[in-house]
Amino acid sequence: MSKIREAFQNGKAFIPFITAGDPTLEDTERFIVTMADCGADLIEIGIPFSDPIAEGIVIQEADIRALASGTTADKVFDMVSRVRKKVSIPLVFMTYLNPVYHYGYEKFFTRCEEAGISGIIIPDLPYEEKAEADGPAAAHGVELISMIAPTSEDRIRMIAKEAGGFIYVVSSMGVTGMRSDITTDLPSMVRAIREVTTIPCAIGFGINTPDQAEKMAGIADGVIVGSAIVKIIERKGSGAAPEIAEYVRKMKDAVLRAAK
Amino acid sequence: MSKGRFGEFGGQYVPETLMNELIRLENAYNHYKNDPEFCAELDDLLKNYAGRPSLLYYAERMTKDLGGAKIYLKREDLNHTGAHKINNCLGQVLLAKKMGKKRVIAETGAGQHGVATATVAALMDMECEVFMGKKDTERQALNVYRMELLGAKVHPVTSGTQVLKDAVNETMREWAGRVDDTHYVLGSVMGPHPFPTMVRDFQSVISKEAREEILRREGKLPDAVLACVGGGSNAIGMFYHFIHDESVRLIGCEAGGKGVETGRHAATMATGTRGIFHGMHSYFCQNEYGQIDEVYSISAGLDYPGIGPEHAYLRDSGRADYVPVTDEEAVQAFEYLAKTEGIICAIESAHAVAQAMKLAPAMRKDQIMIVCLSGRGDKDVASIAKYRGVNINE
Repeated sequence: MSKIREAFQNGKAFIPFITAGDPTLEDTERFIVTMADCGADLIEIGIPFSDPIAEGIVIQEADIRALASGTTADKVFDMVSRVRKKVSIPLVFMTYLNPVYHYGYEKFFTRCEEAGISGIIIPDLPYEEKAEADGPAAAHGVELISMIAPTSEDRIRMIAKEAGGFIYVVSSMGVTGMRSDITTDLPSMVRAIREVTTIPCAIGFGINTPDQAEKMAGIADGVIVGSAIVKIIERKGSGAAPEIAEYVRKMKDAVLRAAK
Repeated sequence: MSKGRFGEFGGQYVPETLMNELIRLENAYNHYKNDPEFCAELDDLLKNYAGRPSLLYYAERMTKDLGGAKIYLKREDLNHTGAHKINNCLGQVLLAKKMGKKRVIAETGAGQHGVATATVAALMDMECEVFMGKKDTERQALNVYRMELLGAKVHPVTSGTQVLKDAVNETMREWAGRVDDTHYVLGSVMGPHPFPTMVRDFQSVISKEAREEILRREGKLPDAVLACVGGGSNAIGMFYHFIHDESVRLIGCEAGGKGVETGRHAATMATGTRGIFHGMHSYFCQNEYGQIDEVYSISAGLDYPGIGPEHAYLRDSGRADYVPVTDEEAVQAFEYLAKTEGIICAIESAHAVAQAMKLAPAMRKDQIMIVCLSGRGDKDVASIAKYRGVNINE
């Protein structure tokens, strides 16, 4: 079983996202431990990028704060290596293709393997272009996580068939960020995915309340939450841990209600 | 290797949300570009609305003064809206209309592409929203008002560095949120496939006309063709029909800013490295970790940290050369052309004129060069005055 699958053995998975280096890498390291202790099943660690075109304003600003604090891919790898010794849940990266390409695919995924990263989400690497990164990633045990969007339609089968790790089901059009309503027909998207693969599906984009999380977990195998957590960090900075802890517990409870 | 490649450059690096829309766009474009009715409609608009063909003007005083090659200017500045941008906007907005879109969105730097998009949207009765870096809206307030006059809504972009690249980011985000009724009129030969190819085709009318006319008037091909390069749309338009004429030197002039050695420039070819950004594999100004640089040029239209993938390919294959031209050289050329030929060209185009001034004296009198004047310079007069220390109220 792949390391990522472990995250889905616990009822439904709660998957928080955090931008590495916001406000500092030491804080990120503590926040990851906090989230793991409070029930996170898998954590997405964002390597900040100067131009994150799939992000809404909350994560864009987190990237700016993280880059301003001197965060680099090398420092993120070092932080992950440290935190890996303290948490056992799977950790995946979420970043854009240029920082990975520029680092060098082979070197980047070698360092992922050494640091204990199990997968990577690259929003600007669609199915048609994935071959260039897929080989080097797989060679180092890093699963490339595919995204499926409300506009994917006839592409769902093609993408799902070759997907690894879990499938990131994009709940809404547009960019990341908290939404009060999610109107996409997610059950039929998940059904189409299920026709061709058994790998887990997690829904992300827009989810921030326990009610939404419970509802989404009823449709899929897990729920991804980014902006709501980043927003706590934006407000509380280095002192965000207690509020993050409370939020993660509440959200994990909500997804577990859907598992019953 | 995926679709839309120029050697290894190009590609389609966008979020999944946009993939089906790009495929639909590509299919629609491939259909309509061969559709006689579409082509006739576009030709009519180019002729009767934009004012094509643009003049190929023999710059006699400049030629005599520089004492070398015979210099022709391809006058894209005389098009309706005052720049080459209209060629692409007419093509894309007409295509969007055929695709059933009701709304167009666009990024803009100096505002020229935004104005051209707003113009064609008004003509074709489409809703139009333009994304422009907040800093650029302040520098180019006149163009903001111009777009509003044309019925467009202008969104100042406050994210990132608040300039052109951020405007592209924001327009992509907007498009990912609403593709059903909306087409993104990308303004240059950049971004994901099919944009670099489609925009090049719409701009290639420049070299098609220039090549036919120079053969008619001079009975031979030019020896050199020059154009300024930011994303590279007027340059690819100016180069395209000469690419297979191997005797014709193709020279792109990029923004050297305060000098490539100062770090304050937008000289992607001179200093950039390979990367994957804004949907394409190309060259970019970026740091050692692949974070995109903030670039600088006196010219807001060349102030972009990347370059279209076909240019990357033309350079690496040795077919075209790219040279940096500094702010100071461009301003001198701007003034020189005004005094010598009575033409106030865009500061972007002045980068190509500056290179022509260096190159022409080293060429023989029986040689010919064509310089693309991509746009007119009214928009730049105030900032050139400021550069020269003259304070005028716009």
